[in-house]
Amino acid sequence: MLETMTLETLKSNHDRCAEKVTKRIIICAGTGCMANGSMAVHDEFVRQLEAHGQRAMVVLDKPEPGYLVSGSGCQGFCQMGPLVSILPEGLMYCKVRQQDVAEIVQESVLGEGCVERLAYKCPDSGCTCKHMDDIPFYHRQSRFVLQMCGFLDPENLSEYVAQGGYFAAREAATRKTAEEICATVLESGLRGRGGGGFPAGRKWEMARVQDSRKKYIVCNGDEGDPGAFMDRSVMEGNPHSVLEGMILAALGIGADEGYIYVRAEYPLAVARMKRAVRDATEAGILGESLFGTGRRMTMTVVEGAGAFVCGEETALLSSIEGNRGMPTPKPPFPAQKGLFGCPTIINNVETLATVPLIFRLGVERFRAIGIPSSPGTKTFALTGHVANTGLIEVPMGTTLRHIIQDIAGGVTDDHGDLCGTDFKAVQIGGPSGGCLVQDHLELPLDFDSLKKAGAMVGSGGLVVMNRSTCMVEIARFFMQFTQNESCGKCVPCREGTKQMLALLTDIVEGRATLETLSLLEEVAEMVQIGSLCALGKTAPNPVLSTLRYFRDEYLAHVVDKRCPAGKCAALRTFAIDPETCIGCGVCKRKCPVGAIEGSPKKPHRIDVEKCIRCGACLESCKFAAISA
Amino acid sequence: MENLRNFDQVCAILKEHDHNPNRLIAILQAVQDVYRYLPEEAMTFIATSLGIPPAKVFGVASFYAHFTLEPKGRFVVKVCDGTACHVKKSNDIAEALRKHLGLTPQSQTTSDMLFTLETVSCLGTCGLAPALVINDEVHGLQTPQSAVELVSEIQARETAVHA
Repeated sequence: MLETMTLETLKSNHDRCAEKVTKRIIICAGTGCMANGSMAVHDEFVRQLEAHGQRAMVVLDKPEPGYLVSGSGCQGFCQMGPLVSILPEGLMYCKVRQQDVAEIVQESVLGEGCVERLAYKCPDSGCTCKHMDDIPFYHRQSRFVLQMCGFLDPENLSEYVAQGGYFAAREAATRKTAEEICATVLESGLRGRGGGGFPAGRKWEMARVQDSRKKYIVCNGDEGDPGAFMDRSVMEGNPHSVLEGMILAALGIGADEGYIYVRAEYPLAVARMKRAVRDATEAGILGESLFGTGRRMTMTVVEGAGAFVCGEETALLSSIEGNRGMPTPKPPFPAQKGLFGCPTIINNVETLATVPLIFRLGVERFRAIGIPSSPGTKTFALTGHVANTGLIEVPMGTTLRHIIQDIAGGVTDDHGDLCGTDFKAVQIGGPSGGCLVQDHLELPLDFDSLKKAGAMVGSGGLVVMNRSTCMVEIARFFMQFTQNESCGKCVPCREGTKQMLALLTDIVEGRATLETLSLLEEVAEMVQIGSLCALGKTAPNPVLSTLRYFRDEYLAHVVDKRCPAGKCAALRTFAIDPETCIGCGVCKRKCPVGAIEGSPKKPHRIDVEKCIRCGACLESCKFAAISA
Repeated sequence: MENLRNFDQVCAILKEHDHNPNRLIAILQAVQDVYRYLPEEAMTFIATSLGIPPAKVFGVASFYAHFTLEPKGRFVVKVCDGTACHVKKSNDIAEALRKHLGLTPQSQTTSDMLFTLETVSCLGTCGLAPALVINDEVHGLQTPQSAVELVSEIQARETAVHA
């Protein structure tokens, strides 16, 4: 039975098997690549190798020679998926389809060559990057928490152990006191990656000193921010690192039971976390006797049911208890009175996945990364109008310019083409965060500097927007989101977000006056001060920050009844270009209010007074003569 | 309606969760997987079996977006309207599908019960924005045309099966 196996046996068994592997083919099996058919690519590799009379292994469990074809977690470069890497050479292929596999097997697996047409081509320099390390998107990052995502087979416990996993947790379980564990985390300066940046060590210490026989550790995997998927990738790519972090946290506060709360929209993350818990329990790591110490330690994966507010600590606990996910006032803090009334700490996925690395590498090496007030790295989900979208990791304090220019490869226009001057803003921290503009390009991204700029790290979604984006519409979009997700418990949030949404709708639909703007600001302040939980307190942030940096855009909507980006349908003015119009009369027939006039074969004209801005003419014109 | 009077499957689910009221959300999820929605009778039955008021079960079911109290179509199309998808014009995709399926903002499900169209706040596949999901299968980098094609393919397949 596995139970008697020590970590050393697991590791040496794995190493013995790994030695025999001729080459390893890694196919990204993150949600993004799977959507693009990476599993078919995986199976094709096995088929092709077997057709060549080679031994293809999908799990590394026997010390026999052959080729290992394994899946991995999200490698971050989602746009270029499905991604395939060949080790030991370190070749990386992008957008690999099933029909490309035969060629890759021939050239790079059985042979030593490279299929250049599938290698990444740098859009600006045009050079071909054969190896993963050659690709600017990767070599300009500092992958720390994500280092093993994209290499490890997330469904194989031995592999995690072989690269040093669970040793830190075992040492803590057998040789360290709870006090020492908390002290290490406090000393490391690790701050919560879920949003506010509260020092993790202080949270743990607060729970540790509570006098209670029962305590809980909860992992918050309810990553609900639209535009963020870091936690999903960690859970999918390296689930055991999250579990090891949870074990260390549990030892630090004296808990014997943990819950992993994952949103239901992440079915793959749920499956991989469940598998990790099962494998760790079978191997005697978790269960009735943690690492054979006789100490009980159990973990349960709980699925969310689609409520953004459950990312808030107290609401999340309420949801685990089987109730409506509504927050409760703090204090008492969950560290004092949390799940089922017992002291509980709730840490974000990324925070917990960082913890084992601190113990493995030591506080010194961790503190050497990032800046003194925010040590370590931060993962960001990079999306929107940039050349390279995906998941990235950089040291805390990296500038926005480095991320956008060097890693993301620059801002793109609406057609996805690179254009140097089109940067308008970055929305950071989702519906709780704010926007950063041109002036912030040199701003170091860390908890404190972002707070000063009126934004927050949040969970780490970075949505880059180009000039064609209407900032008022974006503010309205976020308000629509928070208004939908407001749980309805406290009045300022429930009614305030509704009023703010109505005011913003007035602005984009051209009904607003200057009074609307001052009222909007007044309500925003009220919601910020009066709401019960962080959802309400931060809901006005996108509005306030766009008002701060794009007031002229608001004024254009309110005073001139004009949308500078041309995005707000109700404020568009339609016009026919007399040069292009051939006078076919289609638009005239389509116009529901008879606002278009003109004789056949002569350029037509739109009467702006009569026009209801429905856009029917724009859609009907086959000659692109109508502009909005 | 035949299977609604027979709660064998619900009983099995309740047993699996030890009749533990703390597991209510997991129980409702499993029951929804069986019926594709939460029938009122099933919710009342669950409440009685767990010894909690039906109002509590209804309260939880109506709180979470994942639960639906009305039957859904066989193919649930979720168009992502997260930030990344939104700035890449996911609205146009939802609009094109709504038009194609003949749905109004009030009706989400087609009358033949084949399709339900929903917008969701974020699927976490922002790298592939704009994205949509049809019955748990993710389709990335969509355009209004490609989305309509996906749905048309299913429609053609379904008509072929029935013909």
